[in-house]
Amino acid sequence: MHRVLGDRRAIALLLGPALLVYSLIMLVPMVWSLGYSFTKGNTINGFTGNGVANFSRLLDDPAVHDALWFTLKYAVVVTAGQVAAGYLLALLYVFFLKRASALVRTLVFFPVVLPTVAVGLLFQKFFQVAPQTGPVNSLLNAVGIDSIDFFGSAGSAFWVLIAMDIWRSMGFYAVLLFAGLVDIPDEVLESARLDGATGLRLVRHIVLPLSLPVLMSSLIFSVNGTLKVFDSIVALTNGGPGTGTTPLTLYMFQTSFTYSDYGYGSTIALLLTVVCLLVSLVVYRVSRRDLTEG
Amino acid sequence: MATIDTPVKTSVGGSGHAPVRAPRARRGRPGSRLWVKVVVAVLLVVEVYPMIWMFLTSLKSNDDYLNNSTWSLPTTWEWSNYTEAWTTGNIGLYVQNSLLAVVPALALMLLLGTAAGFALQVMVWKGRSLTLLVFLAGMMVPPQMILLPLFTVYFQTGLSGTLWPLILTYTGTGLPLTVFMMATYYRSVPRELFEAATIDGAGILRAFWTISLPLVRNALLTVGLVQFFFIWNDLLIALTFTNNQDLRTIQVGLLNFTGDFGATQYGPLFAAICINVFGTLVIYLFLNQKVMKGLTSGALKG
Repeated sequence: MHRVLGDRRAIALLLGPALLVYSLIMLVPMVWSLGYSFTKGNTINGFTGNGVANFSRLLDDPAVHDALWFTLKYAVVVTAGQVAAGYLLALLYVFFLKRASALVRTLVFFPVVLPTVAVGLLFQKFFQVAPQTGPVNSLLNAVGIDSIDFFGSAGSAFWVLIAMDIWRSMGFYAVLLFAGLVDIPDEVLESARLDGATGLRLVRHIVLPLSLPVLMSSLIFSVNGTLKVFDSIVALTNGGPGTGTTPLTLYMFQTSFTYSDYGYGSTIALLLTVVCLLVSLVVYRVSRRDLTEG
Repeated sequence: MATIDTPVKTSVGGSGHAPVRAPRARRGRPGSRLWVKVVVAVLLVVEVYPMIWMFLTSLKSNDDYLNNSTWSLPTTWEWSNYTEAWTTGNIGLYVQNSLLAVVPALALMLLLGTAAGFALQVMVWKGRSLTLLVFLAGMMVPPQMILLPLFTVYFQTGLSGTLWPLILTYTGTGLPLTVFMMATYYRSVPRELFEAATIDGAGILRAFWTISLPLVRNALLTVGLVQFFFIWNDLLIALTFTNNQDLRTIQVGLLNFTGDFGATQYGPLFAAICINVFGTLVIYLFLNQKVMKGLTSGALKG
């Protein structure tokens, strides 16, 4: 009977177009980009061989070090922040809001679908000092604190960025983790309560271990996304002040298109890819181990 | 990635039943404690106030915005900011460009992705799980890795200067998730159904088209919605391939909005942000449950 479902011509016809487009748009360019790493130049002026010069430059480039450090710092803080905020929200939905939570859930999820550029510009104006004092600074003034120029230093710009990205995504992780919490059988919670576990102890010893699988996949998904952050930074700070909030993605973009150095740009893209793979691998390994222990 | 899939999938299915299961027999009356009310109130203000502020500001004149308190209501309600943004600010053109890039890309992606999902899940042949893995790998790799070669190809084939680079790139980058999600949905359709159809004389291609497509109609809508938001909100790819001002998508246009006026016109700028935001708001108002389910299941399966 499997003869019909094993019809090679049909398989080729169904799979062929997708595989072709995918190969041409993704697989071939990946390998090609690898080749670019050994060249210098760009599309308009042509490429010349450059040996491993891009790689030795990569190792010594302070801008790369800063961007890599920023990328990792951003990924760690935002991942921790959005998963933690999402988890707290999910606990709130399940244990306190219960039936009433659908509306809150839907509302808090909304920023997830908003265009990042729009959110970036909104936060920029929300936190600004000049030309107009934005709502956040007006609030500070109202309680007697002087306005803060949030985008004047890399440190404060970083925290606005973090706040924005947590605001944008916490509803998403809340719904994701909510699904995991709802799956915990009521009987388990009830018997734990009968044994005297309440509040934090209930969460720590019963809820947390039982929702660990979904918590771990949230972490993996979050890290994978935050390492590739681009849109929100371009819209909010464009990497500034100076290069204070420039991640690898943006540095690669600027190197390639502002300075027209495709060879070096490809090398940075390769570094980014390697970092993504390594971090995912590490998080994945750690999560496997935790799961078997839990 | 595929191994973490198993424990988690049950919970995605569970989210559908959530409102029924969650409330049963848990302690305390819903939202009865004061601190819960306070937390929810703060949450609502944090979520909603920025939107209200943005909307009110979009109706202010430049003087009103610069000289009066940021909390105040507009002194005169300048609805003309919206027409300014739409015409002088070119938002109308940018929305049109976005639609012209997003709609064909979505159609192509769904058609190719569904066919491939069918071939990978329903059809029986050697190497299909490997092929699925090859597609999956595409989700891990950052798009920066493919931008430069694609730029070269589009430039040399003369496609730059049209919207084709966007359509093709969106289709290609969207395929991994589409193929994977569609394959997952086909898993729940019994193979015997297609075998039976082919006994009745329909070819397998015909069975794919007339029998399987109606069965996964819902899944198509979900995947389509998820991908719509991804493409519509994309900045990186649009920024890379729209070197011509007339080709800008809404996101690129909004990012460069101030440039079109000379000096910054705050009213129209906020109006442009609002147009962008309220577009997604309308979709979300009608389809929020589907959007939430689709986006989160895409995350867990990925």
